[in-house]
Amino acid sequence: MCGIIGVIDRKRALMDGSSIRDALSLMNERGSGEGAGYAAYGIYPDYQDCYAIHVFFDNLVEPKSQVDHMLHKWGRIVHQEAIPTYEQEGLKRSHIPWRYFFKPYSDLMAGSTTPEDDVIKHIVMETNSNIQGALIFSSGKNMGVFKASGWPEDVANFYRIEDYKGYIWLAHNRYPTNTPGWWGGAHPFNLLDWAVVHNGEITSYGTNRRYVESQGYTCSMFTDTEVVAYLFDLLGRRHGLPEDIVVKALAPPFWDEIDNMPEKEQKLNHAIRLTYGPALMNGPFAIVVATHEGIVGFTDRIKLRPLVIGENEDRLYISSEEAAIRVMDPDVQNIHMPRAGEPVIGRLNV
Amino acid sequence: MSLGSVPLKYKVSIDREQCMHCMRCIDNCSYGVFHREDDRIIIDSRKCTACHHCISMCPRDAITLKERPVDYRSHPLWTAEAREDIINQARSGKIILSGMGNAKPYPVIFDRLVLDACQVTNPSIDPLREPMELRTYLGKKPSRLEINKKDNGDVELLTKLTPNLKLDTPIMIGHMSYGAISLNAQLSLAKAVEKTGTFMGTGEGGLHEAIYPYQKNMIVQVASGRFGVDINYLERGAAIEIKIGQGAKPGIGGHLPGEKVCQDVSCTRMIPLGSDAISPAPHHDIYSIEDLAQLVRSLKEATEWKKPVFVKIAAVHNAAAIAAGIARSSADAVVIDGFRGGSGATPKVFRDNVGIPIEAAVASVDQKLKDQGIRNKISVIASGGIRNSADIAKSIALGADAVYIGTGALIAMGCRVCGQCYRGMCPWGIATQRPDLVERLDPEVESEHVANLIRSWTLELSELMGAAGINSIESLRSNRSRLRGYMLDEGTLDVLQVKPVGA
Repeated sequence: MCGIIGVIDRKRALMDGSSIRDALSLMNERGSGEGAGYAAYGIYPDYQDCYAIHVFFDNLVEPKSQVDHMLHKWGRIVHQEAIPTYEQEGLKRSHIPWRYFFKPYSDLMAGSTTPEDDVIKHIVMETNSNIQGALIFSSGKNMGVFKASGWPEDVANFYRIEDYKGYIWLAHNRYPTNTPGWWGGAHPFNLLDWAVVHNGEITSYGTNRRYVESQGYTCSMFTDTEVVAYLFDLLGRRHGLPEDIVVKALAPPFWDEIDNMPEKEQKLNHAIRLTYGPALMNGPFAIVVATHEGIVGFTDRIKLRPLVIGENEDRLYISSEEAAIRVMDPDVQNIHMPRAGEPVIGRLNV
Repeated sequence: MSLGSVPLKYKVSIDREQCMHCMRCIDNCSYGVFHREDDRIIIDSRKCTACHHCISMCPRDAITLKERPVDYRSHPLWTAEAREDIINQARSGKIILSGMGNAKPYPVIFDRLVLDACQVTNPSIDPLREPMELRTYLGKKPSRLEINKKDNGDVELLTKLTPNLKLDTPIMIGHMSYGAISLNAQLSLAKAVEKTGTFMGTGEGGLHEAIYPYQKNMIVQVASGRFGVDINYLERGAAIEIKIGQGAKPGIGGHLPGEKVCQDVSCTRMIPLGSDAISPAPHHDIYSIEDLAQLVRSLKEATEWKKPVFVKIAAVHNAAAIAAGIARSSADAVVIDGFRGGSGATPKVFRDNVGIPIEAAVASVDQKLKDQGIRNKISVIASGGIRNSADIAKSIALGADAVYIGTGALIAMGCRVCGQCYRGMCPWGIATQRPDLVERLDPEVESEHVANLIRSWTLELSELMGAAGINSIESLRSNRSRLRGYMLDEGTLDVLQVKPVGA
């Protein structure tokens, strides 16, 4: 199970986090009170040129000094602080959420066309694999992930999510089976600009994981969802493919459909499947992926998890449940369900 | 003093009450176990190979066969086999020849691997109701796609793909040459792969005219003897395979005895009638990896870069490094033949002692290629000892793109794995060129049996995938997290990169 919801305002109008909190809470049937989280884009305008690095520290002594040390080597910390939190009765504080606003040096990474991103990716992989008591769970610019173990409303109130204003929001209500009670296991998952919420289980995880690991990623979160973020980073950022093509690689049409396409389309889809076979995601899933430019929602090729779309002028909503969308926006129009594997794309239009 | 006779391997007897004296056993046994004296059928058990042809043709089920009717004094080290081999070699001073695959009781890794299935948290997929994709493409794949998205939304593909072989099922039939097996046997296999949308290998025996109608399903082989190779042969194949090594006999060449080189075999192989066809151990133009790369390129040039080229090696300790070298050439696929791979004729000491199991070889090859970021440059085909659809699923989960089967396909045509292929007297008409025996094998009937086997395994593979919640074969490939090792040691689990059961 799990409930997901995402929204974008295509004109970049900002929304505070209160309505998505209410929408997510409506889907409590889909969760178990052991994990919830939010991602928002456009929330740090004062530091928009810095990477906002969110870290869970077990304590502020050894792990933090190691992370500080690494950040000092790779760039400049413009500002850092504890992420403001507010005790909630139903939420046990397991970590200290911290944030750095960080500018990496761009001349330190050899052989890269996106050196700053690669420095950040390196820092994330290093920290999460090798520094005990520190976990970087958010690393994009002008965006941030806020998550913990608890019911959606408690997590939202813990971070006082209504204090943040973003033009894209993702949220996730978790029913864990693999890693309950672990803050790192809550969604959204994030790497650089990519944030992912996911309902389902990826049966091709072993294949996908070995593929992204052979491309320099390290899977350290003990959950299948993180490979989605890495696959989007690999195909979208490093291979420069537009998001609809990335979705075609991850949830491609069946060969029977490809065989019946017009020649040009057939050639393209054939090439995508041959090249990105190891990136194909199998098993039941509904996923919403975001970057600062927009959101993409899609399901597995036979749609074993629900996904509903709604629109209202500049707003596009993607969710597990129509009712959740209606909580956010009672006047929502054009509610419909996309076909299996069909990407729903909301792009900024400013 | 004489060494005397060694005890019988098999004891054949006839239930005289059941026997109706039809004499079919006499006609059926090409090894001469039965003969007639007056009205009586006399049995010479010493000649029996346990090929079961008499048993399968007896209308009264009157024949019984017992293995090792005479006991030796039991001894854990000096087994009966060890003693018999010594007696035979004391007599002959020669290498002991053998047929079929490795006959030592090594543990079978496949049998210590179990597959996964879905429940509750993710649904299994029912292949009867949902699409299940087993289509497999063999060949080089680009590491990434370059596309150009135009302002009007049109997407232009800039990357050019190299030719790949399209298989409807990841099961192919390995290389067994005309010469090693009969034309009728090869014809049966050819008809079967055509029916099932897959491919088979010609072996190093050339391509007989009778197989021409099936050439679009044939992979032609270039081995160290270069028998049967000319431009006509290369152009007829759907793909070309360079054979460097064979799982049953890593490090040595091949030998087709002159007695098997009849008129037809001589023409197809392009060698003199009745001459021994001896393939040297190394290719005489390949003494390092770059020489192999040159041969790959030469074959590609000769066929205008239209055909995939495979390279087959035996699974040995450094198979992974060799495969990485092959991936850097223009080759499209590497075939790894495990130490259980079959053979028509192989020195027993090689068959039973040289090489490593296919399970470990495939896992380490897939891993090495991934570590070097070149897995996309080459397809991996596993072969050698694949007995059922579970072995296929496990091979793919360990990293193979497709498999070759050999012995399995022969068993579907009647073979009972008696292991006497090198003697050319196969009563099933498979490993023989004797016209009266070859005639026994009807390609129409046997092709259907082989096709049925491929169909059954394909169906079972779909079911296994569906149960694992996977509807496309590429999501099974190298998906080691869907395997668990049962009673495998830590070292092997580490090589296979598979967790133990319960973990």
